[in-house]
Order: sequence, then C-alpha cells, then structure tokens
Amino acid sequence: MKSQIKSKKRFLNEFRNEVFGDKIFDICVWILILLAVCVTLYPFLYVISISISSGTAVSKGEVFLWPIGFELDTYKIVMKNKQLWTSYGNTFIYTVFGTFMNVVFTCIAAYPLSRKQFFLRKKLNFFIAFTMYFSGGLIPGYMVVTGLGLYNSRLAMIIPFLLSTYNVMICRSAMEAIPEDLFENASLEGANDFQILVKIAIPLIKPTLAVLTLYYAVARYNDFFNAMLYLGKTELQPLQMYLRKTLILASTDILKSAGATGAAAAAQSTLKIRYVCIVIATLPILAICPFLQKYLVKGTMLGAVKE
Amino acid sequence: MMKKSNVIKVTKEEKRQLFQKNIKRDKYLILMFLPVAIYYLIFCYLPMTGLIMSFQEFKPGNGLAGIYTGEWVGLKWFQQFFESAFAWQLIRNTFLLSFYSLIFGFPIPIIFAVCITQIKNKHVQRSAQLITYLPYFISTVVVVGMMTNFLSPSTGIINQVIVKLGGEQINFMNSPDWFRRLYVISGSWQTFGFNSIIFVAAIMGISPDLYEAMRVDGANKRQQVWFLVLPMIKSTIILLLIMSLGNLLSVGFEKVYLMYNPSVYETADVISTYVYRQGIENKNFSFATAVGLFNSLVGFTIVSISNWFSRKFNETSIW
Repeated sequence: MKSQIKSKKRFLNEFRNEVFGDKIFDICVWILILLAVCVTLYPFLYVISISISSGTAVSKGEVFLWPIGFELDTYKIVMKNKQLWTSYGNTFIYTVFGTFMNVVFTCIAAYPLSRKQFFLRKKLNFFIAFTMYFSGGLIPGYMVVTGLGLYNSRLAMIIPFLLSTYNVMICRSAMEAIPEDLFENASLEGANDFQILVKIAIPLIKPTLAVLTLYYAVARYNDFFNAMLYLGKTELQPLQMYLRKTLILASTDILKSAGATGAAAAAQSTLKIRYVCIVIATLPILAICPFLQKYLVKGTMLGAVKE
Repeated sequence: MMKKSNVIKVTKEEKRQLFQKNIKRDKYLILMFLPVAIYYLIFCYLPMTGLIMSFQEFKPGNGLAGIYTGEWVGLKWFQQFFESAFAWQLIRNTFLLSFYSLIFGFPIPIIFAVCITQIKNKHVQRSAQLITYLPYFISTVVVVGMMTNFLSPSTGIINQVIVKLGGEQINFMNSPDWFRRLYVISGSWQTFGFNSIIFVAAIMGISPDLYEAMRVDGANKRQQVWFLVLPMIKSTIILLLIMSLGNLLSVGFEKVYLMYNPSVYETADVISTYVYRQGIENKNFSFATAVGLFNSLVGFTIVSISNWFSRKFNETSIW
C-alpha cells in the first residue's frame, strides 16, 4: 500500500517536473524570439524616429526609441535635392532594364540546357558551370569592360552582368521538372523552340521566375561596386553611390545646396539628413518584402535542393 | 568479323553526318543559346585569358591588346607579393574575417529556426520570420552607413549610452580591435533571419507522428529538440557547413571596402581590397592581377575540396 502511494507520488512529481521543464523551455524560446525581433527592428525604428523627431531633441541626444517632437523640415530639404532624384532615377533605369535583361538571358540560357535531347547539353553545362568556380578576377574583368569603351556609359551597369550562373541552374532545374509530353506534343504540332519557351516553359515556371526576378532586382537596386568601378560621372551614378557619399563619407552637399547657415544648425541637420536618406532609400525595397514572403521560402529551397 | 567492324567503326564521314543531323535538329536551341555563349566568352572567358598579365609587365596605353603584348617577367610579381610585408597580413585577415563570420554566424540561424518552429501561433511565426528577413534585402551601403552613424564618437547612439553610463567614448570605426567584431556582428544581423529559412523548412518537414511518438514515450520539449529535431536536420546542417567552408577565402569586397579606412588596415585589409587599391587606384595592373590569381587559385582549391567532401557525405554536390 505504502509503496503504491510512493510510486504515485513520484509519478506526480515527475509529471510536475516535466510540465515545469516545458514551461521553462517555452519561456526561453519566447525570450530568444523576442530578442531576435527587437534586435532586428530597433535600428530601423531608431532611424525613423530620428528622421522625424524635432531637431533640438536630436542634437541634445534625447531620442533613443520613440520620436520626440515632430518635424518634417529635413525631409523637405532632402526632397528638394536634385542629385538625390537624379541618382534615384538612374537606379530605377538600371534596376528595370537590368532585371529585364537578366530574366530574358536566364530563360534563353536555361531552356537549351534543360532539353534532354540537345546534343551540346553536357558541354554547355560545363561551359557555364566552370565560371562559378574560376574567374579572371577583378583587374582583367575591369580591363575588358573598359576596353570595350563602356566606362562612363549606362550600358556598363547592364551588359557585363546579364545573368548569374547560379540562377540559370535554378531556372534549368525548374524547366527540367516540366513533363516531357508537353514539349513533345507542342513540337509535333509544329512549334519551334522559341514558341515552346514562350508559350509553355515560361508560363509553367512562373513561381520560380518570380523568385529569380526578385533576386535580380534586389541585387540591381543595391549594386554599388560596379557603379564605383565603371561610373565616374556623377550624373550617371545610382542611389547607392549617392548614399555612400552622404552616409559614410559624411558629405554635406545636401545642406550646402539647401543654403543653410550656422554651424550648430548645420551639425544637427547633417545628422538628420543622413537618417532621412536611409529612410528614403530603404523604403521601396522594404515595402515590397511582405508581398514576397511566400515566394522567398520557395526561393531558398530552390537553391538548396539541386539534383 | 564483318559484323564487329560494322558495329564499332564509325567512320569520319558518319560522324560528320551525325553532327550535321544534330545541328539541323537543334538549330533553334543553338540559335537561342548563341547570345548567352557570346556573353560568357566576352565577360567570363576573355578575362581569364587576361590572367596572362600576371606573368608579364603590362604597359598601359595599348588598350585591350596591351594585355597580351607585355614583356615576360616570369614569377616576378608573385615573388614581390610574397616577399612584401603585406602578404601574410592580407591572407590572415581574409581568412580570419570569414572564419569568425562562420563560427558566429552559422549557429544563430539554426537556433532561431528551432525556436520559431516551437511556436504554434502561425501569425506570430510568420511575422517574426518576415521581420527577421528584412535586413537581408538592405544594401551593404545602408548597413555600413547605419553602423557608421550609430557608432560615431560624437553623435552616435552607442557612444551616447556609453557616456551616460559613465564610460568613455570609443572610436569604433577607427579601432583595429573592433573591426572584426563589427564586421561579424553586422553580418550576422543582416543574414540570420534569411539563412534560417532553409532550416525552418527542414524542421517543418519532420512528420508530426514522430513528435507524438516521443511525447507518448514521455519526452519533454527539450528532449524533443535534442533527440529528434537536431538529428533530423543534421544532414542539412552538415551540407550547408561544407558549402560555407568552400567560401572561406572569398570575403565580400564591398563591405570591407565601405567599412575600412587606413587606420584599421592592420586587421581590415583583405586580398580583394588590396587588389583593388593596387590595380584600379595605383594602376599596377600586372601586380594586382597576380595577387588576384593567387586568390582565385586558393579559392578554387578550397571549393573543390569542400565539394569533394559534400559529394562523399551526401551524394549531393554543388557542381
């Protein structure tokens, strides 16, 4: 009798420990996630807060989390800056045309490589895959692009980067997954490969293409290095070059062009101007992210599961 | 005898005919691939032939042809590089930056993925994921710009807090001691959410029956993670680890270039930034090409080795 009670007690204790253990575990999980979310969000929140807080609060260093006061003067100064809009426009051109060319070239590269009967398939696969592991490096690449007369030309931002081999491979895998019958039927009915690509292959791999388009577009929008190498003229430079000048090299051009005077006013406005620039430059890219979440998950899986 | 020769011997004439037949059948595919092939030849393979510069004395002013008409100097540039005081520092910095990024950056996405899959509320799960992806899409310029401004000695928030707490201002961006930490921390901040996607997907793929079975056997959540979740995603972890080992000597140029300044070269200068300064800024094209070639060769070797491992381990390779 006694031992029975004892064992029952022990069982209850174990049960309690178990529930208790799970509770602690859950709490740890929540703390970690909360920490991750806060660490990610805080810099953004801080940047936004500074950009809309009143100038005096910013210069006194009172803003730590939420905005103090409300002032959009700096936005007005920045918005009036011509150079910002020129560089924004350039980025728009490079992103739209560049991404378009990227997607077209990725498709016309991936389609022949995905056709199983194509007699050059293996050789061409190696031809493009090799470039992922070995390249001429920075200097020879630079000399080829400048040697072609592309220095200080808008084309230098588009032509040397028509596709990424990695993305071609992803696109090729997606096309290989299309049932062979569809292609056979189409070619029996007299369609040539161009028609098959446009009318059958591309519509069927739309989700994959959406992900690749996103990757290409983000890379184009964020591209800084190539602009630095090939674009010396300010009026051709994209947004990222402009941002570097304002944020990292701490240029005060915007303020000068707005004609502000007084050292103290200048100091705090420069600071605010930088944060406003971050907001203006980052907003477009962050705004599209929520709509793309479902594609994103698919996209990373594409890269991971290859043959 | 006759039969045998019929089967094996394909005459040159027949080969030619087969080739012509193939070309005729696949003419549209060839036509379609042509622009792509031209692109690769000009922008990938033509630069590779330019590597010849690293064994020559390049004379500027001869245009593209100048690449191939320099005077042969053998291994002079390689010798010059390895005898210089920079060689060891550059290799060490390049290796350490990626090594630390891997050590600290690799486990965080896994831990985060385990945590996020423990949450049963789908809304919380999705929003937490969405928020943590965001930094991945921001440009390096903006990330470095935010860092520079947050850490600024006079106006940055970090130093304001340090001063309020009674400490002394630290000039983070000009301190060689801080460079690697800042590089690694900001890198982790930017990529941990995005890199966790693949682990989340792997964990989501575990059958709910297995959890149920473990629960019936009396396992608590901690034990479920330790004895079920981690073993189930082990192969994903190892594969990704091997793949990132392949990138050990390829530090991204952009971020280092944007972050560094001459006062932190001692820990910050890496091979790619050195090549940039020597080649593009100082116009020592041949020397810079040689250093770049050394970097490519080492990188190629490391990728090949890691690829061999991943093939061995998983029968999955990245080739």
